[in-house]
Amino acid sequence: MNYYTIKNNQRINLLDIPTLELDALRARLAASNLRPLSFFGCDWGENVKLFVALADDEKGEILLTSSLINKNIKEYESITKDNPQYHMFEREFYEQFNIEPKGHPWLKPVRKNQDDYKFFEMEGEATHQVAVGPIHAGVIEPGHFRFMCQGEKVYNLEIMLGYQHRGCEDLMVKNPSNQLAESICGDSVIAYNMAYSQIMEELSDTKISTKAKLIRRIALEMERCAIHIGDMGAILGDIAYLMGKEVYAVTRTLVINTMLEISGSRFGRGLITFGGVNFDIDKEMSDKIISVLDGVKKTVNKMTKAVFKSATVMSRFEKTGTVSRETAQELNLVGLMGRACGLELDSRFDFCDEFYKDFERKPFKATNDAYSRFRIRYKETIDSISYIKKLLNKLENYKDEEIKVEAKNLIPNSFALSIVEGWRGELVHIATTDETGKLTRYKIKDPSFNNWYGLSMAVRGNGISDFPLCNKGFDLSYCGFDL
Amino acid sequence: MFDTLKMKLWQKNQFIPDIQNAPMRTAFRGLPKLDNSKCNNCGECAKICPTGALNVNPLSIDLGKCTLCGKCKRFCENHAIDFTNYYKLGADKREKLIITEEMTPEEYNKKAIEIRKEIYSIFNRSIKFRQVSAGGCNGCEMELNAAGNANFDMGRFGIDFVASARHADGIVVTGPISKNMAYALEDCYKSCPDPKVVVLCGACAISGGIFQNSQELNREFIDKYKIDLYIPGCPTHPLTFINAVLDFIRKK
Ligand code: SF4
Ligand code: SF4
Repeated sequence: MNYYTIKNNQRINLLDIPTLELDALRARLAASNLRPLSFFGCDWGENVKLFVALADDEKGEILLTSSLINKNIKEYESITKDNPQYHMFEREFYEQFNIEPKGHPWLKPVRKNQDDYKFFEMEGEATHQVAVGPIHAGVIEPGHFRFMCQGEKVYNLEIMLGYQHRGCEDLMVKNPSNQLAESICGDSVIAYNMAYSQIMEELSDTKISTKAKLIRRIALEMERCAIHIGDMGAILGDIAYLMGKEVYAVTRTLVINTMLEISGSRFGRGLITFGGVNFDIDKEMSDKIISVLDGVKKTVNKMTKAVFKSATVMSRFEKTGTVSRETAQELNLVGLMGRACGLELDSRFDFCDEFYKDFERKPFKATNDAYSRFRIRYKETIDSISYIKKLLNKLENYKDEEIKVEAKNLIPNSFALSIVEGWRGELVHIATTDETGKLTRYKIKDPSFNNWYGLSMAVRGNGISDFPLCNKGFDLSYCGFDL
Repeated sequence: MFDTLKMKLWQKNQFIPDIQNAPMRTAFRGLPKLDNSKCNNCGECAKICPTGALNVNPLSIDLGKCTLCGKCKRFCENHAIDFTNYYKLGADKREKLIITEEMTPEEYNKKAIEIRKEIYSIFNRSIKFRQVSAGGCNGCEMELNAAGNANFDMGRFGIDFVASARHADGIVVTGPISKNMAYALEDCYKSCPDPKVVVLCGACAISGGIFQNSQELNREFIDKYKIDLYIPGCPTHPLTFINAVLDFIRKK
């Protein structure tokens, strides 16, 4: 047996995962048409254990495998050469464990950016470089962008990250907490905290109430809604359509202020906890959420209509920063950006749970450009509002349940994986425990880990002045990538 | 064009008129309210606090570390710990952030930010900041962005974020200051013309917050330069930020 197959949110015994020879594993991965979900190393005494999780999106299954690598082994044949979906994973593995994927086409640092980093160079007439960052013009997180330009046209964009690195995976092992999980990526508080809590519940076999599960999903959809609306505004801000910018911004305020009423924090901090949730949604609150969302929907509909009718906006949107479906697939783009490029990936439905299985998965007609990236946000906002209403309806039936149960101890020698579709896309958390039930490894893969390269592809061949529009459309996480 | 204008009519005015007395929802966790008479000094709350902000005997919460997560409040069966919705949490000295039982909102408001004559005479009611995110999780950053939106609209008070350190009167730091950002932060500070102020925004920036035990931080900057204003929160609410800055630049 080469793989062990599991479902989302499942704990297994560490020993159940098959261990292959590195060469055999390499050959399989290079030839496989399943996309990698996670690929990471783990200290294993004298050895390094390499875990790989592949996604079978059609069947809703996750395939696990591993390899034991002696620390004397310093290199192996790169998988990326044959299957580019591994390019970032292999770079990260090399940086963390110093085992070189030989023949990797761009084996550059992932987060250790202070040593000298060699950018791609380009020579010729009218070529020049534009360096931006780490500190940006607006109030955003740091990262460095290096544009290779020919006149106004961007030939290539190289993105150097790592400035936000806070050692989150190590901190998670040493001192795991809901508060830490929430702070790894503060625009996806609910998604991160949900993934963490689910992992801990799996690892300890803690069964939480249906009510708590419902409240978590309501919050997850509210987060999606709020950020999408805010982002629509921000995209318009970057093309100087200020009415749109402000209208979406104040509409987003309504959603996050409702979140504040539920949980005491505009981003839902403190809502989710290992064992359930800390705050209830009663009938009164439920009615309130519905009435706020109805208002939000009305404004978003009206505003979006005005946006699409505006010729100046559309001329900036259409055909700007296109990424073809093939490229997106080759690079393993996921989530929102994957869908904007025509990849039907949505872990809410691909790895369906008892709640989402009743919801309609509405199709989206991708046009792969900035317009597509705006439209998908609009579509998902409206979808989320309808999901929230259905979830709230369901909540009625469980109103007598507890919101929280006592957290149990972690089970020794376990492995658990949790995928949550945050607003950016699939967030994968994986954790392992040792023979005493202590965490030994906590691996996080933010959707941005897949998608940053997509941004580079989007700006190729475009004018450099379209960069802000493309960047905001992707709106990727720096801290989720840097950890 | 007409649709755009119609939107304006539909939206009406969205700004909060009196920002210094803006109402806050009761669920908001702001200034702690501690009651020693209910506390039996068991010390368990201090152990569960994820940031080490809490101390007992007597009870105190260090707002420089506290993420206002509310865990201690839920945990304490004697209800010795509570949070008011008072949001004006900014202070001009690190020590002032340690909240004890005596610290009511009125008391805190009186002492937290003292008038500095030179601030008013130099900046004359308007202050422009450069924002540096140094490991910030995008929580504080999003709230600082929100401080400029049509609801809070801090621009009307002369407070703004500018695109270059050269145009700034000071910097606002968010995040625990990762090693990889330490150089850029200091560089930015040096590029800012004198006289300048430094504002720390959020639990992370003030103390490292939830990341204080990380090996990947470099907080030398905080010890090296004078800090003018501390604005707690995780993240800092826009009203907390705007009011702290308004108090800081006020004349009387
Ligand atoms: S609210 Fe503050 S003091 Fe209380 S547990 Fe959370 S971080 Fe600690
Ligand atoms: S204080 Fe909280 S919200 Fe602000 S950067 Fe730190 S973790 Fe994020």
